[in-house]
Amino acid sequence: MRIVIDRRGDFEEWRDSARHLLSAGIRPEAVEWLDRGGLGDDLFGADDAAPSVKTTLTVPRAFVDLAHIVVCHADLAAYAVLYRLLWRLQIERHLLSITTDPDVVRAHQMAKSVGRDSHKMKAFVRFKELPAVEGRNRRQFLAWFEPDHYIVGRTAGFFQRRFADMDWVIATPKGSASWDGDALTVSAQPACNPELVDDTDDLWRTYFANIFNPARLKVKMMQTEMPKKYWKNLPEADLIPDLIAGAEDRVRAMAAKPATTAPKFHYRIHKIKG
Amino acid sequence: MKKSLKHRLAILSDAAKYDASCASSGTTKRDSSRSGGLGSTEGSGICHAYAPDGRCISLLKILLTNFCIYDCAYCINRSSSNVERARFSVEEVIWLTLEFYRRNYIEGLFLSSGIIRSSDYTMEEMVRIARDLRLKHNFQGYIHLKTIPDASAKLIEEAGLFADRLSINIELPTDAGVEAFAPQKHPANIRRSMGELKLKIDEAREPTLKTKRRKRFVPAGQSTQMIIGADATNDATILGTSARLYGGYQLRRVYYSAFSPIPDSSQHLPLIKPPLMREHRLYQADWLYRFYGFDIAEITHGRADGMLDLELDPKLAWALANRDRFPVDINRADKEMLLRVPGFGVKTVMSILTARRHKRLKMEDLARLKVSLKKVKAFIVADGHTPMNLLDRSDLKAMFMPRPEQLSLL
Repeated sequence: MRIVIDRRGDFEEWRDSARHLLSAGIRPEAVEWLDRGGLGDDLFGADDAAPSVKTTLTVPRAFVDLAHIVVCHADLAAYAVLYRLLWRLQIERHLLSITTDPDVVRAHQMAKSVGRDSHKMKAFVRFKELPAVEGRNRRQFLAWFEPDHYIVGRTAGFFQRRFADMDWVIATPKGSASWDGDALTVSAQPACNPELVDDTDDLWRTYFANIFNPARLKVKMMQTEMPKKYWKNLPEADLIPDLIAGAEDRVRAMAAKPATTAPKFHYRIHKIKG
Repeated sequence: MKKSLKHRLAILSDAAKYDASCASSGTTKRDSSRSGGLGSTEGSGICHAYAPDGRCISLLKILLTNFCIYDCAYCINRSSSNVERARFSVEEVIWLTLEFYRRNYIEGLFLSSGIIRSSDYTMEEMVRIARDLRLKHNFQGYIHLKTIPDASAKLIEEAGLFADRLSINIELPTDAGVEAFAPQKHPANIRRSMGELKLKIDEAREPTLKTKRRKRFVPAGQSTQMIIGADATNDATILGTSARLYGGYQLRRVYYSAFSPIPDSSQHLPLIKPPLMREHRLYQADWLYRFYGFDIAEITHGRADGMLDLELDPKLAWALANRDRFPVDINRADKEMLLRVPGFGVKTVMSILTARRHKRLKMEDLARLKVSLKKVKAFIVADGHTPMNLLDRSDLKAMFMPRPEQLSLL
């Protein structure tokens, strides 16, 4: 049986399909999950009509929470993993407590990857200011971000709670979110990179270059936490190669510099003779 | 001519980078959805960038000014240094914080300062920045203020109403060290400040009789920093000092900062590569003390010189020195003992405790939890696995040592 997904990352859509499948007794290995966006025209209408049987299901609360996260994963296998867990939970009520079960482990790994992506979005979104809109006293900002997973919907609330007093849009290839002070709007439409510039980025780059201590180079550590895939959208990142290349010389120059005599005010303050 | 804002930002962030802390976690949860202002804190901190030194950039970490009347030998801003001096106005710091925050570069502000005129004059300016951010600009982001030694109690109290965290550096692990390198600072006064702040924090935690509400006062607590490797203090002494600070003053964090060469440095200090591995081992030991139930004495008693092993992490070093406590049966051992197994983190231990209520755990189960079997196999018993006489091997330590670097012909 083929199930075609229209809205990636949408928990309700997965739940409705899964409920139908389960009530019709369709085994997990008999289900093929497909993405409407990834299908060519010839495959249009490839989905088999989901058998409509109305039932109510009970699952542990922890499963619902987990499924909300896992369903955002970019790998369609997430849909299958969740359905397999749901299927097994009908008999193995304690399945989620068996933290070493392969399906449980897989779901948790996927959830971790989604959680990390969402965290990185909170960290690496960079807003650029747009010109003021006439007749509107709120400042306007726009950010371009490229997430791995379908996380814009679940992460948008964070930006609403944080940036309440400004209008903003976060555009990504996997949907966008916007806030105008009244409503948070989330769209699944892929967006394009607006390629904006913001003068304040220059001050931020100044800060980034100067807070770096060349005597403590730890490039690997930096890259684990700020992988290169994010660099192209970070205004500070193109400084990194030169900072690394120049570090050793800077430390050497520091050491080679002869000792100086203290400035006059030092002698004045401490009331010592210069 | 007055230096440009950009130029001063360069000077005053360069001057701030020797402070290790950049944490923005552990404060109260709050946001701007009701107030319509700017900013939020949601529990866990966020690192908005990483510098090539591997350090997290979470806050705008700057000095109000790097003019200073103190002459602390290890400090880039000491009065006898010829480093270029600059100063921000209160308004400039506020502007930078808000504009950086709006672009999502930062979680908030970490403000420190050289001491100009007097301690109170300097502290007052810093408090004004925090107060205006909160009250004039409705800013809910994170604020960390470094308190100025000997500032008046009234100013510290006001700072605590607006800041998430306050800190005062103890600078060096021993009193003798502070007296030798920071002649204007007095260890007893630093401790007194910490003690007074602790009392005020405790007081604010008590709900008032009238409103039953707790006052918001330094919700992320206080922290401190000490410099490692500027003098000859050993790790056992350093960790002992930390334990007293955690216990006596309930500090949230003690930061260790490997002494790093600074421009125009004092001749009294070693011009060395910062001892980064030693710093790392101290953080690991600190972690064992705070989250894994270890005593400081247990961690450091392995070696006569009171230093941690640079080659092995302190938990593994402890296990190798206490082989009689192993092997640990992962299907039966209590949480405390599981936490002592090298290679098990807190998360792994919690997973083991949950899973073993339902089944007996094998090595494959651990592999699925991404535990390094190579590291743990000598120390545990699992279903179908006993470490044989691995624990008796005299070369067990060698099995864990980092491999010698390969030499190649040129």
